[in-house]
Amino acid sequence: MNALVVLLTLPLGGALAAVAFPAGVARGAALAAAAGTVAAALAVASEVAAGAPPRIALGGWPPPLGIALAADGLSAALLVTTAAVMAAVLLAARHTMAAGLAGPRIAFGFWPLALMLWAALNAVFVSRDLFNLYVGIELLSLAAVGLVAIGGKPEALAAAMRYMLFALAGSLLYLAGVALIYAAHGALDIDLLASRRPSGTDALALALMTAGLTAKTALFPFHVWLPPAHAGAPAPASAMLSALVPKASFVILLRLWTEALPDEASPAALTLIGALGVAAVVWGSLGALAQSRVKLIVAYSTVAQIGYLFAVFPLLPLAQAAWSGVIFLALSHALAKAAMFLAVGQWMAAAGGDRLEELRGLAQAMPMSAFAFALAAVTLAGLPPSGGFLGKYMVMTAAFTAGQWVWALPMALGGLLAAAYLYRPLAALFAREGASVAAPSRARQAVPLALAGGGIALGLASAEPLALLANGQPPIQAVVR
Amino acid sequence: MTVPLPVLLLLTSLVPAAVTFFLPQEAHRLRNALSLGGALLKVALIVAMLFAVAGGASYEAGLTPAPGLMLLLRIDALALLFVSLSAILWLLTTIYAIAYFGTKPQLSRFFGFFSLCVAATTGIALSGSLFTFFIFFELLTLSTWPLVAHKQDAPSLAAGRRYLLYAMPCSAALLWAIVWLESATGPVIFAAPTDFGTLAPNAQRAIFALLIVGMGMKAAIVPLHGWLPAAMAAPAPVSALLHAVAVVKAGAFGVIRVVHDVFGMDRMSELGLGLPLAALASVTILWGSVRALGQREIKKRLAYSTVSQVSYIVLGISLIGPFAVIGGLAHLIHQGLMKITLFFCAGIYDERAGVKRIEGLDGLGPRMPWTSTCFSLGALGMIGLPPMAGFVSKIYLGLGGLQSGAPWVLAVLAASTLLNAAYFLPLLYRLWFREPAPEVQGDERAPALVAPTVVAALGALGVGALAAAPVSPLAWATLLAERAWLP
Repeated sequence: MNALVVLLTLPLGGALAAVAFPAGVARGAALAAAAGTVAAALAVASEVAAGAPPRIALGGWPPPLGIALAADGLSAALLVTTAAVMAAVLLAARHTMAAGLAGPRIAFGFWPLALMLWAALNAVFVSRDLFNLYVGIELLSLAAVGLVAIGGKPEALAAAMRYMLFALAGSLLYLAGVALIYAAHGALDIDLLASRRPSGTDALALALMTAGLTAKTALFPFHVWLPPAHAGAPAPASAMLSALVPKASFVILLRLWTEALPDEASPAALTLIGALGVAAVVWGSLGALAQSRVKLIVAYSTVAQIGYLFAVFPLLPLAQAAWSGVIFLALSHALAKAAMFLAVGQWMAAAGGDRLEELRGLAQAMPMSAFAFALAAVTLAGLPPSGGFLGKYMVMTAAFTAGQWVWALPMALGGLLAAAYLYRPLAALFAREGASVAAPSRARQAVPLALAGGGIALGLASAEPLALLANGQPPIQAVVR
Repeated sequence: MTVPLPVLLLLTSLVPAAVTFFLPQEAHRLRNALSLGGALLKVALIVAMLFAVAGGASYEAGLTPAPGLMLLLRIDALALLFVSLSAILWLLTTIYAIAYFGTKPQLSRFFGFFSLCVAATTGIALSGSLFTFFIFFELLTLSTWPLVAHKQDAPSLAAGRRYLLYAMPCSAALLWAIVWLESATGPVIFAAPTDFGTLAPNAQRAIFALLIVGMGMKAAIVPLHGWLPAAMAAPAPVSALLHAVAVVKAGAFGVIRVVHDVFGMDRMSELGLGLPLAALASVTILWGSVRALGQREIKKRLAYSTVSQVSYIVLGISLIGPFAVIGGLAHLIHQGLMKITLFFCAGIYDERAGVKRIEGLDGLGPRMPWTSTCFSLGALGMIGLPPMAGFVSKIYLGLGGLQSGAPWVLAVLAASTLLNAAYFLPLLYRLWFREPAPEVQGDERAPALVAPTVVAALGALGVGALAAAPVSPLAWATLLAERAWLP
């Protein structure tokens, strides 16, 4: 069977099994499905790396009649990163999401929702059809909202409700855009759209889809739902929500603006998106600085980091390095942010809360997860030798070579702001006093450490991921009008 | 498979660092063996290379992690000057630190980051391109923070915060300058002259200013020096690392690279960049000395003295003349040896006699003769008394000032010497001529603390007294200057 199909069906099958079977079996089935999905992601990536990117037309019907699934370098990089994050999250959840610790409601709901989320992410990364992407992102939103609400506390339910409203509004806007495209061209396949004859409604369609997707990505000013939702969910759920979910809608946006409709990318529109990104960097960072709960700090940091991704948009048509740079930023954010939430989860379990004063001195008892947080902070602040630094460096270089150095500013200043807001939890952890707590085993602390190490490794061994990304990278000429 | 020499040199500290992090606290012997073994191996490698490089050889190793990005390690004469200083002082500091900490807690973390710091410094010394330099420069920033905050009490954490507060914005300035420069010139390789292409002269000046801000923070150039006196909250081996082995030296070395290899002497004169930098260095020299006068804590006085002394190096480089450059480069070594002696002594006074403040030094000389003799040698060297190392530096800097048509440098040097004497001589007077306070006890029954101190002091004496010898730092600096000025 084609690995692309496995990527979609296996996690869904695992989700079904997790619902159908009793608790013990369910967890085993979920973990088995997860292992298979990781293998499938690696298989797809190796096919792409070997220069034979997999592509299938569902039901044997080629577009525009049928729907195409295909993987390119961008898909492969995201599939593998997602697999790494999901594997770590599920490993961590094996302990913390068990019925004894988390209650039967979470123990029952977590596994199917997590696997459904994974299937939806994979679907978004490999779909080449705008409507199919809609289905994927809708499934993703449902699973994500479920994960926010899973704790059942009133504030979590309120956060989930707010998230749901934004997600639904976003979906409607996106769907309206898709309808306009279909009405004008009779096709929804990204590759067919790239060679379409432009129509007058394309700009409106792109605007609608962009508005919808930015609401789902939590770009400023649509970010208000994110901090309470990501901070309210259980830690492993937060890790998925913050690290992976925004990347799905971001990837669709990236494909729309550079692959499907690059000719509609007017400088004014790109500048607007970039400006919103800069605003997000500033606003998210200030928000993080103002928080006294570490989970909220990490959640606000996601708002700021999403801002980075959009601050690169004005450079996309101008310099090749901007595209790879922004993907490096996205990948290293995924690894680092998941590591942070998993580490925070361990501290919360040990200290009973996540206020900064409750975390004082925890590095003594949990040196590995504290070090994981520090390494993740290095990535998020864009310091060498992390993947975050490399992404930032590529984007800054792109800005200067394109003669648009203004767009290098958010990269440089955002790093400083990130260092500022991440310093506070680090200093608290590192303080000498602190009660003795029951620390999780070294093996469990190693899970966030491995993820954070991945964020650093992305910078140290950047040649392979860059070569992988080059497969199917949209040529810059296609982007320039 | 053979590992290229530059990489091997890096690994001598990187491997101990990586392993040490995972050692349990109780594994004292293994940890010490790793640190000492790495340090000894590194010194041996360097000694082997010294002669080859003096004969004109250079070693190179490159790595291209991404298109357009090149990590380049290169051992040339300048690199070797710095790396031999840091390697020898690392060895001394390791011996000292092992004795200093004994069985105190969190030693695996300490020695892990300590080795990482030295690995970063080695990387800085061996960097063959500006981008490589930046990577290691930042690695140094990050690996120094846990050392500054090592004690984890409020003053240490405050010192760590202060350090990052200065370091982060300055590193952003550095990155900005590098990206700006390289977007116009392509990768900047130190061994090849930089082609500035179409970059406007004012843009070049702005890039130079940003680069100096980035480097100057670590070199503690006024007004970016505030973190250094605050960092005296850290344990004595860390002070040695900050002031002599790694951090401020990395900053000064960065200034040398920028002036010498990125811009080059001709362009420096063309753009008129030498004089402002020399003026900045002079202000730093005087301001550091004036501030040192007012300090009552020994380590703080020494810290302000470093602020002043490191800028001798910058002054020598910025004067753009052979003699001045020789003085500046030689002072890189001289200052390191003298200052590490002084900080080792300050640590011994603190550990063995409980003396932190200047008043406590009264009469300690006869009680702690070895330490106090070393301290006196270091202090006299800083003042510039012949035949100590500081004298040689000052002579060459003075000559360089005259040679480069900047006779005012003599006034700066004279004023600084007077100030040095004013803040060091009272300490010596207290040590040797005051009556001891009855409650102060002091002993030197810690040979592993005293021995490295004596070696460092003898080194500071030796490089001055034997400056004319063919293998002295002065001879090496002369070799470098000859290569720069004689085609």
